Amino acid sequence: MGTLVNAIAGFIFGIGLVISGMANPKKVQNFLDITGTWDPSLAFVMGAAVVVTFIGYRLTFKRPAPLLDERFYLPSASAIDGRLLAGAALFGVGWGLAGYCPGPALTALPLLARGTLVFVPGMLVGILLVRLFASRG
Amino acid sequence: MLSPDYTQGVGTLAATEFTPIASAVGGALIGVSAVIVMLFSGRIAGISGIVARLLPPYAGGGVVQAAAFVLGLLAAPLAYTWATGAPVLQTVSDNLPLMAASGLLVGIGVALSGGCTSGHGVCGLSRLSPRSLAATLTFMATGFASVYVLRHVIGG
Repeated sequence: MGTLVNAIAGFIFGIGLVISGMANPKKVQNFLDITGTWDPSLAFVMGAAVVVTFIGYRLTFKRPAPLLDERFYLPSASAIDGRLLAGAALFGVGWGLAGYCPGPALTALPLLARGTLVFVPGMLVGILLVRLFASRG
Repeated sequence: MLSPDYTQGVGTLAATEFTPIASAVGGALIGVSAVIVMLFSGRIAGISGIVARLLPPYAGGGVVQAAAFVLGLLAAPLAYTWATGAPVLQTVSDNLPLMAASGLLVGIGVALSGGCTSGHGVCGLSRLSPRSLAATLTFMATGFASVYVLRHVIGG
């Protein structure tokens, strides 16, 4: 049941990305190009997503637990530390240079653009590198 | 060095059209997805986290559900084209070293910060998380800065 629900959720997420044009790096980069060919669309995407999620979360968290699991898995970290900020800064640079973040890059994979096909492995390597050094440090 | 673009079904005009309705509809669907994941599985619909759970040592749990989510994500553009007959338009840089390096930066960045545009930007903000607000403001700032440098300083 959980498998099906998550597959449907992923599908809906991907359709949302496609319909909104967020799977198009140029559209994302145009949002980030405030002094150039600015396209505000991404702000509307994120705004609508946050409004829906905020309302849905408020209702969901009235429950003691989710429907298919015994507990919520919410991030426990609370510190706004150097690791968070440095990580976010690096993420933003890669996002701006490629016009891709993890969701759109994955959903665009079946479109087989060469840039996508090297971006995604790069991303996986990056995650694994941090994991490798975190386990040693 | 920073050109050419790989263009798949779009023209070479620099601008993209502002599409407020399609954006809001797409964003609302993303929100619906996030709510489904929290309501049913109790998890943040942060793609970087979902991907991370699919990588060794598989410590986050929920591996099957994460894999199912990603399969749904992958199916979406194919279903869209099948249903509408229209291709999914995108312009992706063909500068492969740049794309690989960007991927690396994104991977390192999301792993260090514990989230991305969906994890922090959508889910985190919706939880009123100060951490996610800090992360979102930061990646937005460097996102704006990097595109400015790429397009208006270096001239890609």
